[in-house]
Amino acid sequence: MGVLIYGIINSIVFALIAIGFALVYGISRQPNFAHGALYILAGFLTWTFLVKLGINYAASIILSLIIIAGVGAAIYRFLLIRIKGMEASEIIASFAIGLAIMEGLRFFGFRGKTYILPAFVEGTVTVANVPVDFQRLIIAGIGVVLISALWLFTHYTKLGLALRAIAQDERAALMLGIDSDFTSLIAMALGSALAGLAAIALLPLGNITVETGYDILINAIAVCIIGGLGSWGGAVLASFILGFAQILTVYFLGAQWQMVVALLAIIIILITRPSGLLARQKELEERV
Amino acid sequence: MAPDPGQRERRRERLDRGLKVRTEGIYALSSWKEISYLLAPRLILILGLILLPLFMPNLYWQRVICITGIFGLLALAFDFLANYVGLISLGSALFIGIGGYIAGILNSTLGLPIVVTIPVATFGGAFLSTVLLSPCFPLRGIYFAIVTLMYPLAASRIIEALDIFGGTEGMPGLDTMPNIWSALYSIIPVLLFSLFALRRLVTEDIGLVFRGIKDNDQAVRASGISIARYKACGTFIAAAIGCFAGAYLVHLYGWAGISLFALDFSIMPIAASVIGGMGTLVGPVLGAFILIPLTELLREFGSLRIVLYSLLLVGFIVFKPEGLMTYAQRKYHQFEHWVEV
Repeated sequence: MGVLIYGIINSIVFALIAIGFALVYGISRQPNFAHGALYILAGFLTWTFLVKLGINYAASIILSLIIIAGVGAAIYRFLLIRIKGMEASEIIASFAIGLAIMEGLRFFGFRGKTYILPAFVEGTVTVANVPVDFQRLIIAGIGVVLISALWLFTHYTKLGLALRAIAQDERAALMLGIDSDFTSLIAMALGSALAGLAAIALLPLGNITVETGYDILINAIAVCIIGGLGSWGGAVLASFILGFAQILTVYFLGAQWQMVVALLAIIIILITRPSGLLARQKELEERV
Repeated sequence: MAPDPGQRERRRERLDRGLKVRTEGIYALSSWKEISYLLAPRLILILGLILLPLFMPNLYWQRVICITGIFGLLALAFDFLANYVGLISLGSALFIGIGGYIAGILNSTLGLPIVVTIPVATFGGAFLSTVLLSPCFPLRGIYFAIVTLMYPLAASRIIEALDIFGGTEGMPGLDTMPNIWSALYSIIPVLLFSLFALRRLVTEDIGLVFRGIKDNDQAVRASGISIARYKACGTFIAAAIGCFAGAYLVHLYGWAGISLFALDFSIMPIAASVIGGMGTLVGPVLGAFILIPLTELLREFGSLRIVLYSLLLVGFIVFKPEGLMTYAQRKYHQFEHWVEV
């Protein structure tokens, strides 16, 4: 029973981590390899506002989300826009930006074990004989709400449809009057803010460390690759596969195998089914 | 920006130098001027690399040259794979790790000397890398890049989790090079040989097939040539270079461990290639010789140096994607002037 409940929560954690990356990469086809760095940056920003400057929790969350969205938009507007469409350059450049952010944070003293965000609500509750803390329940709630909200956003609002249009056929979208640069800018800002939101929801579970950024990036890539690009159903399915696979390996093999699961999953899926489990887009283009 | 009607539009016109055109054929031998035009850059590079260790002030900087040679080899392998075979490998650390671990295991468990372990690690490691990467050959572009990025990460976590080959502790106390000069003068000739051999290789028939695979793999396939075989061949060559670098690194420090799969070995060669000029082969080597000593100079700044070279990498890839070597070659071979349009 514990495996089931923690598996579900862990799956939603995966979905939260990946959702920003999925929005930017899966929907508007820009690999944002600075995702993990933005996640960590959001954590440290919130910590700074909350602990150093003594602003109240809600205000510092909103403030850091706005800043993270701004950072994401700035990265796109000033750097990535110039190399749009050159995928290798996009990966290398965004990865280097992420590296610069993370190592910069490390340089300015954000290391060690003193950075902890408080939980939103303290306490635990017992669900079917398994103790679960409120923070995890809140995370599950946020995850479900966010995924449904984003699904509605990309399927029923003009801006959301524009994001998908750019991913599917940029020229046709341009002819229909969609400003591709502006839309991509919005996607980047939104994706960064989602990374920040995930960070703020998840980080109270543990310490904030720079190293987490790399794992976050790997997990996000794993979810998107396994689920298939541009497919919400696939992303959710992949989150559940990975979430349960990870909990089960920790349960049966030990915690040191936790990251191996995600890494091997990426390698195996890319080799056997590079377009992912559920994706239909670009089925032919990526394989010889 | 709309052109200002009052102002004449200007455009930079580039023309090949007469000397360059003459040296393309048999006339290259017509006088010392032509011969030196061709030989000077090559001789400067060869002599410069051979004489470089003599000018190093102390042992520390001589070791830096050894490390630079390792990254030079990796950058060369990356450039060859990415720009001539079309496989963008973000996981050069895999080659370093496989080569290093093979050399380490042979040396620590079987007690084989360095002259045996390095060649065995080079070719055995290249074979193993090619076999490991062979399922990825149908992939291309970004997918191959992501999968290769994951290989070294997965390898280090698996070694850590299984606690094999010394686990997180690694294998200490391996044989080291007898002295610094033998270390220096074993890597520099290999670097020069690989550089000139690859330059020759890419102009041969097989190089044409490689570039064909990069530009249009379906056309190569339609000509009845097996893509997977040539990709395996290209990977083997690049992996052999990388595995040699790994085996050499292990014997330079006398230690093998998980840090052989570290991200540095994947990122630095890319940075060196981007700065030096992608697709020139010699550029990445020079990029490594700029970048690695630079990061050594900045060592006291700790993780700030990683910030600096990441920013340098972003700057080059976004604003100057051609790199230094392409720029230098253009200035050497062509003259340019402004013409009014």
